[in-house]
Amino acid sequence: MRDALVVEAVDLRKNYDGVEAVRGLNLEVPAGSIFGFLGRNGAGKTTTIKVMLGMARPTGGRVHVFGLPADSPDASVDIRRRSGFVSEDKDLYDYMDVDEMIRLTSAFYPRWRADLAQRYLRVFELPSNRKVKALSRGMRTKLALLLALCRGAELLILDEPTSGLDPAVTEEVLQALVTHVASEEMTVFFSSHQIAEVDQIADRIAIIDRGRTVVTGPLDDLRENFQRIQLVFNGDAPEPAFRSPGIVRVRRQGRVLTMLSNAGAESILEEARAFNPVSIDVVPVTLKEIFLETVAGAED
Amino acid sequence: MLFRPNPSSGVPIYLQLMEQVKHSIETGALRPGEQLPGIRPLAEELVINPNTVAKAYRELEHEGVIELRHGAGAFVAGNAGAKKLTEKFRAGQAIVAAAVERLRARGVTDEEIRRLFEAELAGLAKAPKTGGHGA
Repeated sequence: MRDALVVEAVDLRKNYDGVEAVRGLNLEVPAGSIFGFLGRNGAGKTTTIKVMLGMARPTGGRVHVFGLPADSPDASVDIRRRSGFVSEDKDLYDYMDVDEMIRLTSAFYPRWRADLAQRYLRVFELPSNRKVKALSRGMRTKLALLLALCRGAELLILDEPTSGLDPAVTEEVLQALVTHVASEEMTVFFSSHQIAEVDQIADRIAIIDRGRTVVTGPLDDLRENFQRIQLVFNGDAPEPAFRSPGIVRVRRQGRVLTMLSNAGAESILEEARAFNPVSIDVVPVTLKEIFLETVAGAED
Repeated sequence: MLFRPNPSSGVPIYLQLMEQVKHSIETGALRPGEQLPGIRPLAEELVINPNTVAKAYRELEHEGVIELRHGAGAFVAGNAGAKKLTEKFRAGQAIVAAAVERLRARGVTDEEIRRLFEAELAGLAKAPKTGGHGA
């Protein structure tokens, strides 16, 4: 176990009443990263987070957080003490006002950062005396984020932090995360199905589909390795018989042959030249395309 | 100075940032010895990962375009690195200007010229003609 990994999941499995929510999931989250955990609704993101926090027991495989086994009750207490968690429901007490909510939370955490709480209260423009139940969705999110950021956590786990937020509030939330990571020693793990925000702030990602990791790694490497290659021929495109590694998909339409590669374009281009195409185009593949190419289609 | 990487273009953000810093030097918006924005403020301004900015700066330093001074920040290299960029750019600009002028004289539209350049860069640069004696 390398100590530079804040979260490590190996072949994680979790069944609920015979349904496999997670079935062989692998994760490596290095310290100091902003890790985007992408997947469609129901792909197993929330289940994985629950296992990481000891809120659900894995059926198989293992998860370590800070090098501690997440399925051990003792270790799990320690994991939760050192992590900040914002659930999708933003668990807050509706009958309290913003100030009371902050005071209550601060009492539980000896490393509470009152200076940061003041700052985020100002930056987020949160009304101190308003009842939680009267807060807008955006304000609820910002309050939950404030409570998580200020407890001096080493790991911040956010489950769909920006779901249902307008673009302006989304940008505020992302900016707070970027700023926080830049100034404090911390790792952020956030689940999302918003590809744009993962593109923007994550440096590492995992795409999961139906409980399995389908793509993972540094986002820059994925952007460099995934390439679309389009060849145009004078006559009909030849039957594809490429031996180069990394060809994910081939489409042949008349004189046009299009290939998706996850291992760069170099070796494919070398092979392609033997077929004498009249034009060769290499186009970068966006994270959105990678996502759509690697997860199962919406129709099933 | 205007750095504006596009996170969803499919091109690594650190590469876009490197290009934009180089372009600022080429055009003279950034001069040798001048300071670049700090990693933290730039990450906050662009709302991108600070590790990405740090990576771009490290690579630019490796290429001799900027200098990272401990505790002081990032500066455009005062040496040949940055000057060469500007000179190379000016010389290239002249060649491109001449080519564009000739194409326009033949009735090729700007849109067509742009596509020609893009096709040339995307396809042929990565697939140099075998034989080497081609057009």
